[in-house]
Amino acid sequence: MDKILITDNLTVSFDGFRALNQLNFTMNTGELRVVIGPNGAGKTTFLDVITGKVQPTTGKVLFQGRNLRGIPEQEIARLGIGRKFQTPRVYLGLTVRENLDLVCNRFKNVFSTLFRTPSFTDRRMVMGLLETVGLGGKRDLKAALLSHGEKQRLEIGMLVAQSPDLLLVDEPVAGLTDEETENVGALLLALAESHSILVIEHDMEFVRQIARQVTVLHQGTVLCEGTMDEIQGDRRVIEVYLGESEATLATGNNQS
Amino acid sequence: MMNQRKGLGKKKLLIEGVAIVAIALILAFVIPAVLPAFRLKLLGRFLGLAIVSLGIDLIWGYTGLLSLGHGIFFALGGYGLAMHLKLQLPSGELPEFFTLYGVDKLPWFWQPFSSFPFTIMAIILIPSLVAALLGYLVFRNRIKGVYFSILTQAALLVFFNFFNGQQKLINGTNGLKTSTEHIFGVMAGSDSAQWAFYEITIVCLILAYILCRWLTSGRFGRLLVAIRDDEMRLRFSGYNPTGYKVLVFAVSGAIAGVAGALYTVQTGIITPKFMEVAFSIEMVIWVAVGGRGTLVGAIVGTLLVRYARTILSEEFPEVWLFFQGGLFLLVVTVLPDGIVGWIRDKRWGKKRVITYPGLEEMVEPQMNADEYG
Repeated sequence: MDKILITDNLTVSFDGFRALNQLNFTMNTGELRVVIGPNGAGKTTFLDVITGKVQPTTGKVLFQGRNLRGIPEQEIARLGIGRKFQTPRVYLGLTVRENLDLVCNRFKNVFSTLFRTPSFTDRRMVMGLLETVGLGGKRDLKAALLSHGEKQRLEIGMLVAQSPDLLLVDEPVAGLTDEETENVGALLLALAESHSILVIEHDMEFVRQIARQVTVLHQGTVLCEGTMDEIQGDRRVIEVYLGESEATLATGNNQS
Repeated sequence: MMNQRKGLGKKKLLIEGVAIVAIALILAFVIPAVLPAFRLKLLGRFLGLAIVSLGIDLIWGYTGLLSLGHGIFFALGGYGLAMHLKLQLPSGELPEFFTLYGVDKLPWFWQPFSSFPFTIMAIILIPSLVAALLGYLVFRNRIKGVYFSILTQAALLVFFNFFNGQQKLINGTNGLKTSTEHIFGVMAGSDSAQWAFYEITIVCLILAYILCRWLTSGRFGRLLVAIRDDEMRLRFSGYNPTGYKVLVFAVSGAIAGVAGALYTVQTGIITPKFMEVAFSIEMVIWVAVGGRGTLVGAIVGTLLVRYARTILSEEFPEVWLFFQGGLFLLVVTVLPDGIVGWIRDKRWGKKRVITYPGLEEMVEPQMNADEYG
């Protein structure tokens, strides 16, 4: 099958500390992959290095077969990688609709933005996305007025507006209520129909809701990969990551 | 629903257009008939300063980049026009001050300024090129926030010291006096010339307003706000903010250059004092008082602060600086959106959106966003 993302012996070190250590990771086109791991496992660094925010010390990242080394963030984004941050990052001073419109823009250089008016397709896309993320009723509200969960959904909408091939989503349900978590989960599953998605998450309940294939990171390398059930049965995973929550995990197992 | 909104937008634009024309007509024809010449001259100067405020609002209020160096662009525009006036001499003669320093040949960079079209171009282009170059170096290296402000202020000091020290090139500290020079055969300090400058200032102010209005509306304007709100996010959405910031800084510089030229001829002199740190900070205060991110606020703030200064200085010359400092403190602490922002909130107070949890609490997650930024 087609590989959308490959990392080859990827190492990132900050002053000798190896946030990522000889990381080998592959992901198929169209896959929904969840990456879990304890704090400090290098999950966010992993996203940083894919999106060009951090350069690999050694090794490489291949996106659709293309080495991303040295390409600036905005170029990588235009190649088709969209990123959602851990805390929602939207433009607070703009309305929901304006937030989406800005990302929809197909021509992102200075003069096109200045002289072109939003095309019909752009406007239709914004309308469609408002529906998808369920913010149609709040489209003319400043993003600053949205709740935390609504901001999360707006940012996911902005991600989709970019029409990326690969979505990187960092802890989308941190700090959300159960109901909002459900919403975000359903949204991600719907998006997975047409996108490759890589989700980083802590919330095991949520991982169970969306996960098909799970990768466990530990100390900057892949500890193991498999389905949720395989992961939960793996001794090493229980030791390094789930140690303290073993009891909860066991109950979770019984339920399923 | 869409069409209705669009219709509403058009109507608003029409009202704005009518208001601008009305204010312009009053300023251009009614005021000169009412005010004595001295007061009119003051108003002309203040309107000139309001132009530079528009430029500052563009770069600071909308794009979030606090420039403390706009005195550079302001003075460059002023020097440009002053040099042109100084060169209105019989051929072969040099401006008087050159002879004091034993210079007998016109420096090369003075020569093109004898042409009026070149001077007009230079007033706009030189400040914008300086701004673009400075901006490119700063923004390409992703220097942001307070470091940008410090760098602009440092640049201002460099220019200030350079102009101060170059007697043989531009008369150093003494500056260039324009009031006794001629433009198109009329003495620049005469009433008729001053009236013409006043009218031209009004035209330029309106043009600058329309330019800023255009830039800050539509996608480009929203992009500026996005740069202010979260520049890193913009990069991950596929935009390169550098080009946008350079362009806006250059436009802002050009506007300041025009303002400087108009202010110079209405004041009658340009000296390196225009590049003093305090003056550039004062420009920022005008915008803060009027209201950041509202173009009308920039203009109103300038006129109010300047008039307050005039009145207070006439009565109690020594208290002005204290008053200005206090005013700034007051605005920052009590009216963070300035006077226009305050009025706007008041008027829309009835429609105020109530959210639960309160907005103040919800701001927090976004603030943390920079932990990785």
